[in-house]
Amino acid sequence: MSIILNHVNYIYDEDTAMASAALVDVSLKIPDGQFIGLIGHTGSGKSTLIQHMNGLVKPSSGQVFFNNEDINEKDYDKKKLRAKVGLVFQYPEHQLFESDCFKDVCFGPKNLGLSQKEVELRAYEALKQVGFDDDYFYQSPFDLSGGQKRRVAIAGVLAMKPEILILDEPTAGLDPKGREDILNLISDLHKTMGITIILVSHSMEDVADYVERIIVMNKGRVAFDAEPREVFSHYKELEEIGLAAPQVTYCMQELKAAGFDVSTDITTLEEAKKEILKALGK
Amino acid sequence: MKKMILTDKLVFEYIRRDEEGNVEGITRAIDDVNLSVEPGQFIAILGHNGSGKSTLAKHFNALLYPTEGEVYVDGMLTEDDEHLWDVRQEAGMIFQNPDNQIIGQIVEEDVGFGPENMGVPTEEIWERVDESLKAVRMDKFRKSSPNHLSGGQKQRVSIAGVIAMHPKCIIMDEPTAMLDPNGRKEVIRAARGLNQVEGITVILITHYMEEVVDADKVFVMDKGKVVMEGTPREIFAQVDKLKALKLGVPQVTLLAHELRKSGVPLPNPILTRKELVEALKACR
Repeated sequence: MSIILNHVNYIYDEDTAMASAALVDVSLKIPDGQFIGLIGHTGSGKSTLIQHMNGLVKPSSGQVFFNNEDINEKDYDKKKLRAKVGLVFQYPEHQLFESDCFKDVCFGPKNLGLSQKEVELRAYEALKQVGFDDDYFYQSPFDLSGGQKRRVAIAGVLAMKPEILILDEPTAGLDPKGREDILNLISDLHKTMGITIILVSHSMEDVADYVERIIVMNKGRVAFDAEPREVFSHYKELEEIGLAAPQVTYCMQELKAAGFDVSTDITTLEEAKKEILKALGK
Repeated sequence: MKKMILTDKLVFEYIRRDEEGNVEGITRAIDDVNLSVEPGQFIAILGHNGSGKSTLAKHFNALLYPTEGEVYVDGMLTEDDEHLWDVRQEAGMIFQNPDNQIIGQIVEEDVGFGPENMGVPTEEIWERVDESLKAVRMDKFRKSSPNHLSGGQKQRVSIAGVIAMHPKCIIMDEPTAMLDPNGRKEVIRAARGLNQVEGITVILITHYMEEVVDADKVFVMDKGKVVMEGTPREIFAQVDKLKALKLGVPQVTLLAHELRKSGVPLPNPILTRKELVEALKACR
């Protein structure tokens, strides 16, 4: 169920004086079951990139393949594609609209033309998957807290049974506990259901803690594409393009400079703790 | 000296209604809050989603009025109609989403909107626009369209728009929530600059613990009450209590906390990377 982008270019307002390149020669392979972090400063092309992955935007040149089929071919079934490649937008709770949570989650599968029974079954399953309490099923989504609303919105996408789940800054605006809960939820979906996850994030600490591969976008190009350890070792280049490494990575650099015998390619708190304890001989 | 902000037994309740408009119950969003902010301070307010931070902040420039108790801004009672415009001019507000706050077609027009509405003479408006844009280092973009700015730049334009009204206090309600790391840095730097150079009181509401480290004082809210109050050092020394309140601490502080649990004798808390390196040197 892989996605392949082959030399994708995208130009805004093509053939006008305002033309500007949003994606430049992007080639990527997203294989099954990976947990990927997508980072880049505002305007680097992240959102345009993910919109290509489920056919919301058509490349100016180049191809996007899903399961070896070009999704921009004339007779390709985009509706099916969008069920397989689920996209959770930023602040997805703004898109909740039904009178109760359960109905809201039913909306997606209902549009797939499934039977009422199947629709309800899927909605129930999805709400369970996001850890949503039965008591709230028939409450208005507008009476919930920010974190809970976001769960309902994610459930709405899960009910489509996607094989690839793309989340655009799912933790924006949440408090630290809410952030952790949502990230753990996403991580669980990845582990237990094997869904491929693409997580767009501005938090380097979050990305370092959870993902196995990081794609860094800059000026519409892929600047780095590697495991977190490798990507964050380029922290100086990352800073030049408006990003940073996790705080602990800097800590290790500074400890090394102060004469401690520690390795510097550390990206998570757990690793840092072990490395420091080792250096102190504990 | 007059307090910049003073709340006295502040209570705010709102009535919950169902779809037909029948009363379902009453929610107490702010519950007996007494706090005071001195002129020139840099204050941070923390609290999980729904803890009452924003509701509290909206009392500071008379967007909401207390159900019980009183709020004073620079000695003026916010409920006093005759002071309404003075209160709003003295206490400016910045919200989370910069796109909701910008109305001008070009940057300088947007920044001039506030003072124009206050009836400031034209010549002085332009002076104010100049100095405000310089204060947030956006003077180069004076003639740009706000649509073509990054999130951090837009947010700085919003801040310039508030500064142009010559406020004594700026209340920022999660101004960095929608920004990338660079944008966050820019906005926080602008806020610190206003506080230190111009002496403007800053009240920063945030979920990013790193932004709080340099504040003069931190208030932590839970269920509409102020449950913790102190310097960042006093607050961040209580990692477990913060976690119970659904909050966190900066990553270095957490790392030091974990190391301490493993028997490394580090002082509590560690707030910066520099402190951590120095403290670990002493452990060698």
